[in-house]
Amino acid sequence: MNIIVCLKQVPDTESQIKIGSDGRSIMTDDIKWVMNPYDEFGVEEALRLKEKHGGEVTVVGLGPKRVTESLRTALAMGADKGVLVSDEALDGSDSLASAKAIAEAVKDLDYDLIFTGQRGVDDDLGLVGATIAELLGIPQLSLIVKVEVAEDGKSVKVERPIEGETLIIESTLPALITVQKGLNEPRYASLPGIMKAKKKPLEEKTLADLGLDSAGFGEGARKLKILELTPPPERAEGKIVEGETPQEKAAELAKLLHEEAKVI
Amino acid sequence: MAQGVWTIAEQRDGEIRKITYEIVSEGRRLADALGQELTVILLGSNIKDTAAELGQYGADKVLVADDSRLEPYTTDAYVSVISELVKANDPQILILGASVQGKDLSARLAASLDVGMAQDCTVFAIEDGNLVATRPIYAGKAYAKVTFENSLPQMAAARPKVMSISEPDSSKSAEVVDASFTLDDGDLKTKVVDVAEDEGGKVDLTEADKIVSGGRGMKGPENYNILEELADLIGASVGASRSAVDAGWRPHSDQVGQTGKVVSPNLYIACGISGAIQHLAGMSTSKVIVAINKDEDAPIFQKADYGVVGDLFDVVPALTEEVKKYL
Repeated sequence: MNIIVCLKQVPDTESQIKIGSDGRSIMTDDIKWVMNPYDEFGVEEALRLKEKHGGEVTVVGLGPKRVTESLRTALAMGADKGVLVSDEALDGSDSLASAKAIAEAVKDLDYDLIFTGQRGVDDDLGLVGATIAELLGIPQLSLIVKVEVAEDGKSVKVERPIEGETLIIESTLPALITVQKGLNEPRYASLPGIMKAKKKPLEEKTLADLGLDSAGFGEGARKLKILELTPPPERAEGKIVEGETPQEKAAELAKLLHEEAKVI
Repeated sequence: MAQGVWTIAEQRDGEIRKITYEIVSEGRRLADALGQELTVILLGSNIKDTAAELGQYGADKVLVADDSRLEPYTTDAYVSVISELVKANDPQILILGASVQGKDLSARLAASLDVGMAQDCTVFAIEDGNLVATRPIYAGKAYAKVTFENSLPQMAAARPKVMSISEPDSSKSAEVVDASFTLDDGDLKTKVVDVAEDEGGKVDLTEADKIVSGGRGMKGPENYNILEELADLIGASVGASRSAVDAGWRPHSDQVGQTGKVVSPNLYIACGISGAIQHLAGMSTSKVIVAINKDEDAPIFQKADYGVVGDLFDVVPALTEEVKKYL
């Protein structure tokens, strides 16, 4: 069973986000870059399936050179090899264009399953996985919390929680699965794992290597245009509920929620 | 030339879901701003009877795709049908709801149509005849205003519970039209084999009107009953912070925050939650925020409309008693 995991590098979730001087991008000076948290679940699940069914796990990333660090993290966790799609012409690409480059990089690899995080915790779009699946002509199973591959390796059964219910879905393979929290607990890379990762193959590809024309990528080719970024709307100043005792405070709060906020 | 506003209805077991009324109402506002028609696309099996009612919320026309293979929802079948209808009719704008189903559908549909897609939007507007959408990014640490270029239909999904539902006008009814489409069994690769109901039938956090949420200050899973008592009383769902979920106190589906659910209830009561930035990101679009925490310097107080400095184990049970006076 050969598995591909697509990785994105994103600002750590503890990062403050500040708008850059162009008003359309964020300031990256103080950002700590990490593997997208949802992608970690994908790496972990791929490793578990490999441990059970055998095969190889390939991690694929797209972006500037720093993305190598996240790919190395996945290799240190136990993935076998990495591919980084990196090209200056990709800067500012939207999800459609990014997915096209990734799909091109993986289409000739031998795979049964592809994992991506259910969304990047930066743009929060959740489009790249579905777009790769569309371009490869394989089914997508999104927002998945449980994965069971059939003994014969020909189909997969997954669980997708929706509002109030969980759907149990079967699909043929190959398929692309976007994963979310609840699927597993990602392992930490061990020290020997980190040492080994340094020697694992990590191939870098430009758009030209993939036979793609750079005109279809970057800011200029975006179909979803960013007009401006703004900080979140300021909330009105709140009030501290007064009272001598917890009971008094609770009484005052209940009154405010009823009379002023009108929510109770 | 592309013409008309389309919204994709969401139904489950033949019942129209609330998000549908939200996006149909919003679709009407956009259609009015453009002076165009609003068409609702409704897919399912034996669902035609529910179609005309959507006129009360502003639909001019409901295009119904009725087929046993369209119930329950699968990505393959829905994308195949809607993609065919869009290509045949060339609408200018296509709006979906950003529910779990809507997120899955919109992503694949946008890819199949090779168009840009604005997910989980909180504001729509028409500027110079084009759709402009505002959407939180970094789970709400920033907002992006986006539009479309060389990309038709202009496609976006609305965050649940944000778009207001218009007062239904019972004098209005939509024209109901049978959609003509082809659906090839060979294209259907996924199948829903079972559906498990959630325990307790509680409302999902993304759809909840009120949320009572507990963090590390709850000290352990056994103490959540005090939040549940309050929640039951006021009709709220119970949420949790990442640290409470990571500690194994609450299920992953209860997590509010940047790596959990992003919620916008009318009332969010944060109990024993300090307000880590990734948590604040997930709940800052709540309409009224209450923080109960014994640390007066906790960052959660900066987001709260009402802050109570005190021990949640005293304040929450007292609040449960006090709100009874108003119910």
